Amino acid sequence: MDLSLLTALATSMVTMAVPLLLPALGELIAERAGVINIGLEGLILVGAFAALIGAWFTGSAALGVASALAAGALLGAGFSFFVVQRNANQVVAGTALNLLAVGLTGVAYRAVFGVTGAALTIAGSAPISIPLLDRLPVLGPAFFTQPPLAYAAFLLVPCIAMALAHTVPGLALRMVGENPYAAETQGVAVRRTRTLALIVCGALAAAGGAYLALAYAKTFVEGMSAGRGFIALAIVIVGRRSAVGVALAALFFGFASALQFHFQALGLAVPFQFFLILPYVLTLLVLAGYVGRSPAPAALGQPYGR
Amino acid sequence: MTAWSSWGRARGAVVLPPALALLIALGIGALVIALAGADPWLALGALAQGAFGSADAWSEVGVRTCPLLLTGLAVTIAFRAGIWNIGAEGQLLVGAVAVAWLGTGVGDLPAWLAIPLVLAGAALGGGAWAALAGLLKTARGVDEVISTIMLNFIALGLVGYLVHGPLMEASGAYPQTDAVAATARLPRLFAGYRLHAGLAIALVTAGLTSVLLFRTLFGFAMRAAGLNPVAARLAGLPVTGAVLGALTLSGALAGLAGGIELSAITFRLYDQFSPGYGFTAIAVALLGRLHPAGVILAAVFFGALDAGAMAMQRSAGVSSVLVSVIEAIVIFSLIAVEWTRVGGRSFNHQVKA
Repeated sequence: MDLSLLTALATSMVTMAVPLLLPALGELIAERAGVINIGLEGLILVGAFAALIGAWFTGSAALGVASALAAGALLGAGFSFFVVQRNANQVVAGTALNLLAVGLTGVAYRAVFGVTGAALTIAGSAPISIPLLDRLPVLGPAFFTQPPLAYAAFLLVPCIAMALAHTVPGLALRMVGENPYAAETQGVAVRRTRTLALIVCGALAAAGGAYLALAYAKTFVEGMSAGRGFIALAIVIVGRRSAVGVALAALFFGFASALQFHFQALGLAVPFQFFLILPYVLTLLVLAGYVGRSPAPAALGQPYGR
Repeated sequence: MTAWSSWGRARGAVVLPPALALLIALGIGALVIALAGADPWLALGALAQGAFGSADAWSEVGVRTCPLLLTGLAVTIAFRAGIWNIGAEGQLLVGAVAVAWLGTGVGDLPAWLAIPLVLAGAALGGGAWAALAGLLKTARGVDEVISTIMLNFIALGLVGYLVHGPLMEASGAYPQTDAVAATARLPRLFAGYRLHAGLAIALVTAGLTSVLLFRTLFGFAMRAAGLNPVAARLAGLPVTGAVLGALTLSGALAGLAGGIELSAITFRLYDQFSPGYGFTAIAVALLGRLHPAGVILAAVFFGALDAGAMAMQRSAGVSSVLVSVIEAIVIFSLIAVEWTRVGGRSFNHQVKA
């Protein structure tokens, strides 16, 4: 394999990994607080749409990202009303969130940009090269010539790992996920912690959508989240609910997704659809091999109180 | 307090929340239409007209109801057993694959043999697809929420591969399968309308599901596993078998839904075969309160919404995906008042099989 192909593959891997990593980090925080958010897919979609609308009307990619973060946080807060305040089933509420996102973005997109869906392109978020590091072979173009959101995503990994392991709020968050009743006796506000975790989760998932719309596609297409929210759910489990594990799993799934763009150059005579389903098959295989070795937070999926 | 008034109050507690949820959902739907710059009255009027305004509209509601009813029953069976089958969509697709594949080869058989044969294939295919998730859960401890979602995408990719590859029509013009033989097509009920015998099959299935859930030992074991798996296991009920059986049966009904849709309506398999019936099914099952009779009503409601939405898109210019918003609001309204609690539980736990 020559170097240019390897570079192209690595670049695709990172580009595909970032919109998986951001939502997966959000889900990691929610799950460590004991809430499973199946609505990730919808949050990504809304984030992509909000980013496009923001960038379209202000002409600024940064404001596009900001509107995505705001929309995601808002939806995260709304979701928390049902699963934290009303103790609704988290799987059902998440499924409804996905339906809502598909409907709202679909109706709004056609209302703003018309039924024709005229090829809508925006300036998008341009990559920024990190001096010197971008000269590294293969890694330079892949990791160090990225838009700001990608750097933010990678910086978040050690930050979240440190926060979860070594800070008081991080400990409180983990307690809430493992045993909310014990956490409460220690003076931790269980509902507030879970609500905050879901707001952060919503914002991060939407940031993944913003990367898709502003940096990857530079446009919005209905349903452009294309299953990434569900792969992100799997990444959290495969990454064994640690920030570093999630980052590695995101890169791995990014690589599996990147293969679909390069398999012909790689000389692989396999049907195209094989690469579309590869991430999902890998997930099942990894999970089947994990039996009993991927401990979930003890209170994951359980409502608190009553 | 007389028995009568307490019965009346209990009935009110069952009927009022979904009625309110529908009102709220239609209200928010109207708001979204207005925000989108269209006239809500015109749009909702077109929706109602498209659902109930003519004999053809009624027939189309029936056509839409059929897959929603069967997948809704599929989800009901799984949820009753405490299993989160989010995979009805994939199971439906595998059922459709089975009919697309079998249906082209049964041209020499009489219809009375060919139709049951292809539909049995659909149920088997869907059941086997769901059983994969069941085995992953019971043998390897893989959470069925994740595995059924993954299997949805794998089924979608499989359909794409088949219609672009091995099962592509003989002429090779479009990425779709050849039409199934005439003898493998479910008969229509009235000349000139698309309403077909599949709806009767779905209604009978609803009755059988009710008997299974509430009148058989297997149904009892399933519901016990769903309500309290620990107690069910201590009582000597076969929880693992109930989980596997419920998930397989659930998949079989979803597969049947896909098989009937192909055999009666599309005759062919192609990339966008299902507009998400398997996901709407979750809303159908919850709105129907996980009871077959309720699921029938809910399926008709969502069938009418689907049929009406097409008319709304044509005449009022509002995207038919608005229906997704209405579905979501219905679910959110119901879970907010905890109306989906069945038998005193609110589905807060998962079965550890």
